Amino acid sequence: MSSSSTSIMDNLFQRSLEDLIKGFRLQLLGESNFISRALEEIRREIKVTDLSTKSTALHKLSYLAALHGVDMSWAAFHAVEVVSSPRFQHKRIGYEAITQSFHEQTSVLLLITNQVRKDLNSANEYEVSLALECLSRIGTHDLARDLTPEVFTLLGSSKAFVKKKAIGVVLRVFEKYPDAVKVCFKRLVENLESSDPQILSAVVGVFCELATRDPGSCLPLAPELYKVLVDSRNNWVLIKVLKIFAKLASVEPRLGKKVAEPICEHMRRTVAKSLVFECVRTVVSSLSDHEAAVKLAVAKIREFLVEDDPNLKYLGLNALSIVAPKHLWAVLENKEAVVKALSDEDPNVKLEALHLLMSMVNEDNVSEISRILMNYALKSDPFFCNEIIFSVLSACSRNAYEIIVDFDWYVSLLGEMARIPHCQRGEEIEHQLIDIGMRVRDARPQLVRVSWALLIDPALLGNLFLHPILSAAAWISGEYVEFCKNPYETVEVLLQPRTGLLPPSIRAVYIHSAFKVLIFCLRSYFSAEESTLSFSAQEFSSASSSMNAFTYESILNLVNVIELGLVPLSGTHDVEVQERTKNVLGFIGMIKQDLAEKLNLQDSETEVFRVTAFMEDVFSEELGPVSATAQDKVCVPGGLELKENLGDLEEICGEFLKPVDSVSYTDKISFSVSKLRIRDQQEASSSSSPPHEASSLLAEHRKRHGMYYLPSQKDDPDSNGTPNDYPLANELANEISPDPFNPKKKPNQSKQRPVVVKLEEGDESRNPPQAKSNIETVNDDESLSRAIQSALLVKNKGKEKDKSETNPNSGQQEKEESSRIEDHQNSEKKKKKKKKKNGERSSKHKSRGRNEVASASEQVIIPDYLL
Amino acid sequence: MIGCFGRRYDMLDNIHFVLLVSRQGKVRLTKWYSPYAQKERSKVIRELSGVILNRGPKLCNFVEWRGYKVVYKRYASLYFCMCIDQEDNELEVLEIIHHYVEILDRYFGSVCELDLIFNFHKAYYILDELLIAGELQESSKKTVARIISAQDQLVEVAKEEASSISNIIAQATK
Repeated sequence: MSSSSTSIMDNLFQRSLEDLIKGFRLQLLGESNFISRALEEIRREIKVTDLSTKSTALHKLSYLAALHGVDMSWAAFHAVEVVSSPRFQHKRIGYEAITQSFHEQTSVLLLITNQVRKDLNSANEYEVSLALECLSRIGTHDLARDLTPEVFTLLGSSKAFVKKKAIGVVLRVFEKYPDAVKVCFKRLVENLESSDPQILSAVVGVFCELATRDPGSCLPLAPELYKVLVDSRNNWVLIKVLKIFAKLASVEPRLGKKVAEPICEHMRRTVAKSLVFECVRTVVSSLSDHEAAVKLAVAKIREFLVEDDPNLKYLGLNALSIVAPKHLWAVLENKEAVVKALSDEDPNVKLEALHLLMSMVNEDNVSEISRILMNYALKSDPFFCNEIIFSVLSACSRNAYEIIVDFDWYVSLLGEMARIPHCQRGEEIEHQLIDIGMRVRDARPQLVRVSWALLIDPALLGNLFLHPILSAAAWISGEYVEFCKNPYETVEVLLQPRTGLLPPSIRAVYIHSAFKVLIFCLRSYFSAEESTLSFSAQEFSSASSSMNAFTYESILNLVNVIELGLVPLSGTHDVEVQERTKNVLGFIGMIKQDLAEKLNLQDSETEVFRVTAFMEDVFSEELGPVSATAQDKVCVPGGLELKENLGDLEEICGEFLKPVDSVSYTDKISFSVSKLRIRDQQEASSSSSPPHEASSLLAEHRKRHGMYYLPSQKDDPDSNGTPNDYPLANELANEISPDPFNPKKKPNQSKQRPVVVKLEEGDESRNPPQAKSNIETVNDDESLSRAIQSALLVKNKGKEKDKSETNPNSGQQEKEESSRIEDHQNSEKKKKKKKKKNGERSSKHKSRGRNEVASASEQVIIPDYLL
Repeated sequence: MIGCFGRRYDMLDNIHFVLLVSRQGKVRLTKWYSPYAQKERSKVIRELSGVILNRGPKLCNFVEWRGYKVVYKRYASLYFCMCIDQEDNELEVLEIIHHYVEILDRYFGSVCELDLIFNFHKAYYILDELLIAGELQESSKKTVARIISAQDQLVEVAKEEASSISNIIAQATK
């Protein structure tokens, strides 16, 4: 009695959902407090046996879960209880809670199968609808399998309300339980001929999704769908059918020819923008070979672009970018609108316009477009500004600077980018500056000029994002110092006190570059002296005109400036800076005495002369670009275990790897720096004996972890005779093939494109090949597609008794089939063929199975897959 | 894990979820057609309302988000948002949203935010009649209205029965 009395009290005084919502708006407790109170109440109420109290509690819980993110998984069992109520309003609450909170792992899911079945069989169509709704959301493999018969029955329901929902559910059932296709497919297909637009819409929706997953499996339905495409005037339906044909045409190009005309017809006829847009998208994405259709579509795009509606503008640009790769003219025609969109308020529109502009860049207009974009970058917000810079950088560097003819211009552009206030693409600019230096010999003078301008700009030093650019500029000034107008000033700039703002790794580059300049100056000075003495032709006399300017005083001055600048740095904490500094100071120490003592330095026996000559040799070797595939060319030596688990590697190498992380180099720089360092070592080893300690450690390590070492005789880097064709980076640079001059070049071009060093094949960006076909990508859905294919077989067999052969996998059997079809054709009606005379290849392969349908739908040519 | 953002799992649905958010960022309705765990749902709502509420009035109604597109439209103080795939038709979804709003309008008689707050579940039922498994299932406003009122009636009749005092007493003394 006591329990029932609380039940009465609960029922009478229970807060309804409405009370809860009202309370929520009036509460003063704070949201989370109120929610936890309400939850407490719900937890109590939901345990009551009375279903209406329970369902109200559940209803409130669903509300809190939907709008306030409250967890309701704990109430799963209660939801099952509520669903079993005979009353509609309880059921509705229960099903809603289930669809909202159940997922595949919900354990009580098993308990609802029977209830759902019962409701699917209910005489009350609204209860059926609830159960279908639920199945469409939470259907699992088991549920789908157990309820397939009910769904099948409902597919044939006389009530459109139920039928269309059953069709909506079928998709979920198919996905979870592909065998259901065998049962339901025929009924589903029959509905394609339904006169009820709702039913048609639902069933087309199903095929749309199926076609998205595997276009091939829906191909046989093309005639029915074609009929819908031609006859239907319902835009919802048409949009879906268009989507299906977009998919089908991508696997069966002949279909495109057939559907292009009706699609154009819709485009001309309709006023609904959504339908026009779908037509446009279908044409540009799947029918891009059909000239007339594309023309019409582009005309529609243009209409979109000039509209004030930002949606249409965005979609127009979107469609243009789809069409751009194949029909660039479409973009060029609308260039004005695209450029205008760059200053649109909407960031989406701006981005889309930017992508489009970049897609039409070629060698003739690159400077114009870049100019426009740089202007926009200057006045844009930081995000868009960097998008612009990035787009320009990547478009121009594509395929080893394919579209760049005038490198002087491009290098200046890179310099300009560094000065755009929001620029954050320092690393990419750094990379390109160095890359151009290595690849394009003719661009080096300009590079040095631009670098100089960057180095002397005091504003850049303070900008963190631009440091990489400065690093590149410093490296270039050192590496290509022979093009430098005034090496003395370069050294001053490289060692200016404000370089203290730079991170140590970049500072080290600065110092090393100053070192290179010094060596160059000394060398120039000596060779000038020499040539004045011996009057022999020197290779250096052609290299630079400025070298004649060196006098004994200027050299002395230069050495002093460097020494002055570096001495304070010899005590820095950063090892890299310190080491570089010490190197230079050590060198200066070696030469200083000689310099001071002897006015006449031409004597080749002096220390300073020898050291300088030696360092000159060290720096003289040119750095070349490294092929992206260089590593691939290295054969894997026999006995190298690559597959073995290297999990313990970290433990072994941990101590060695750690310090590496702390020195952060950008790739390029570290590449060249480390290379130089090797030379330094070689130099060092020529004078002193190799450090024994290190080699003994190495030997020990080798002993301990021998398995990670290559066989020792091949391992020796000095043995040139090794059979491995292991190309060194610079060897690769030797087998470069100069970029052939572009034959398309305009005769009026004032400048010839300089030679760009390109390494054979490997240099192109190594994009992995695009996934080729949809068929490959939908492997996961194979079971479903196979089910559909076999279902179609069954269906067609039904239509035609004489067929005994089967066609399980369309792709591979195509050939075989077409031959079969040809045989068959002889005995089949030939009048068909006469009807279409415009030489379609496919007319030969007219499939007999489709004849009746095909003629009904104005002779659709249907692929050989059809039986 | 449930509700991973993997595309394959979500592919079946045309519309992945529906959100109604007020201008102040209050959630008024959520409906998930693709599996999202509760935690993710809150995250998605937070993320999206941040993006959408900050967009100016003259911008286009589409937002690219995590490889999907979110189509939204503002009606008075409410933002109606639907999430779709890249290749779906944005304009069509805008029409679906408009369609939904018109049906709500017809049902409540010039609908306002308060109607949806207090009749949260009704808005749900209407949406359920409009979409199934993330696909538009009923494009006729009249039909939806008829179905909804039929179901309302069904509930009313049952409620009257159930809430009559005699019934309660009968139940209690059972």
